[in-house]
Amino acid sequence: MSEIIRNQVRQIEVEEKVKGPWQEAWTSFKKSKSALVGSAIVIFFVLIAVFGPFIAPQGINEQNLSMRLQPPSAEFWFGTDDLGRDIFSRILHGARISLTVGLTAVLISAVAGSFLGIIAGYYGRWIDTIISRIFDILLAFPSILLAIAIVSILGPSLQNALIAIAVINIPNFGRLIRSRVLSIKEEEYIHAAKAIGMRNTRILWKHILPNSMTPVIVQGTLAIATAIIEAAALGFLGLGAEAPQPEWGKMLADARMFLLNAPWALIFPGLAIMLTVIGFNLMGDGLRDALDPKMKN
Amino acid sequence: MSKVLLKVDHLKKYFPIRQGMFARHVGDVKAVDDVSFELYEGETLGIVGESGCGKSTTGRAIMRLHEPTEGKVLFDGIELTDLNNEQMRKVRRDIQMVFQDPYASLNPRHTVEKILEEPLIVHGIGNAKERKNKVREYLEIVGLSSYHAKRYPHQFSGGQRQRIGIARALMTNPKLIIADEPVSALDVSIQAQVLNLMQRLQDDLKLTYIFIAHDLGVVRHISDRVGVMYLGRLVEIAESELLYHEPLHPYTQALLSAVPVPDPVFEREQLLLKGDIPSPSNPPTGCTFHTRCPHAMEKCKQVIPMLQQVKSGHSVACHLYEAPQ
Repeated sequence: MSEIIRNQVRQIEVEEKVKGPWQEAWTSFKKSKSALVGSAIVIFFVLIAVFGPFIAPQGINEQNLSMRLQPPSAEFWFGTDDLGRDIFSRILHGARISLTVGLTAVLISAVAGSFLGIIAGYYGRWIDTIISRIFDILLAFPSILLAIAIVSILGPSLQNALIAIAVINIPNFGRLIRSRVLSIKEEEYIHAAKAIGMRNTRILWKHILPNSMTPVIVQGTLAIATAIIEAAALGFLGLGAEAPQPEWGKMLADARMFLLNAPWALIFPGLAIMLTVIGFNLMGDGLRDALDPKMKN
Repeated sequence: MSKVLLKVDHLKKYFPIRQGMFARHVGDVKAVDDVSFELYEGETLGIVGESGCGKSTTGRAIMRLHEPTEGKVLFDGIELTDLNNEQMRKVRRDIQMVFQDPYASLNPRHTVEKILEEPLIVHGIGNAKERKNKVREYLEIVGLSSYHAKRYPHQFSGGQRQRIGIARALMTNPKLIIADEPVSALDVSIQAQVLNLMQRLQDDLKLTYIFIAHDLGVVRHISDRVGVMYLGRLVEIAESELLYHEPLHPYTQALLSAVPVPDPVFEREQLLLKGDIPSPSNPPTGCTFHTRCPHAMEKCKQVIPMLQQVKSGHSVACHLYEAPQ
């Protein structure tokens, strides 16, 4: 009887102890304060992106020319711009634009880059040579210059800015995955998978891909931050969002003429960009510490 | 004598060395150079040798994990080297492999259940429920418990992981298991457990083993016959007892003299080899062992000795034992 009970107790202990690699990563992620702060900032901005337009006190294009370049006050929390529009409301709306551009661009480049990288890394030979050389060519240009070139070809618009940002980020993901695949495909469990009699496609998608995903998640989070800056930069240069859209970079560009007499028109969009970027960076750093087994103590 | 399950015929595996911008072919690493042997159903053939002598590559070339450069592998009447990828994939159901490093040979992101179920899935054996049952059954067979199925590999000790590796190899009911140094990474106390498990499984499931190792004691314990490799070549192959009592090849003699004897008073003559193992990318001419052989003759530098039977169940590749012409 006691034997049975002991066995049951052991069973229960076992059930409790079982933790997958993801749960373990979450446990160590929770321990990092900066990662949690970063995630909080990110969640905050995501909430703004979702609900911002509903809570914004004024519309984005409601001009009030008698209230041009007003300093922050109870009515206009972040002041007004040169057309008398409420900067606070515009920033709330802009969060949706910036986050959408950042997330979509990174998602596209991560998927495309991973696909190309995995094929280059696994099949090697001439496929690898071709794909890697294309990556080299893309990386040979400074990324913002390349983005500008792509936008000039496609014509300036927010959507084209998004495409440009996605394209310039593809080689980063591609190279990352390729190097990861190169090391993983020599792991013994991949040889074992082959020895068992698995097809290449199964080995690729079920064994190599899941094991190469962690750096992509980390790189992806950090890349969202860069993508937001790049979108803002393109907006600032007039190659991204168009006139009435409350894109943060565009707002900076429009406000720079009034830098001395209305600094708030510049400071608040700038702060919004900075905070979002810091949030994603902190979260990305935390993810890297949590997911990279080599950093674990 | 029982039937031949596997016949390896002049197997060669050369890894090309490429250099320069255009990947010019400048030479070969002759990892496996002209290896031939037969394997009988139900026996265990041990393959021993120093690291880098090509024993693991031989095992992998048989399974075509490394594509053989030359030679034939006849398994159960099927010419493996002639099969296309899909046919080879199906044959792998009957040839399974146990790997050296129990920490690296299991996918860290899969649970034990997933790892063990996968061979069944890829060969289309059973439905989901049958597969799950079989996983639990085999976990018990290799000495683990069925509740281990939900755990991840990192939650096991090395010995337990190696048991999982063995269970994985058994899932498809293979005829031949190639064990590539299955106990080298384990503690001595665990080695014995795993070896005994492998022997028990062999008796119960009528398995045939190729057992690759560098530890002569381990190989002696488990093998019916033993092959000794040096620099990509099989230099001697004999029934286990014959080889250990009466080694013929000078290299085998030197290897065996290096095995520690658990008797502090026992004084023995140690044959110490001079020099290092030569590079397999530039092996010596003639007998590859002549640079280190105490009995080297002029002939050894020029003529490659062929493996030939000198007495029943004992073959050696050495000019010393050639019948006088």
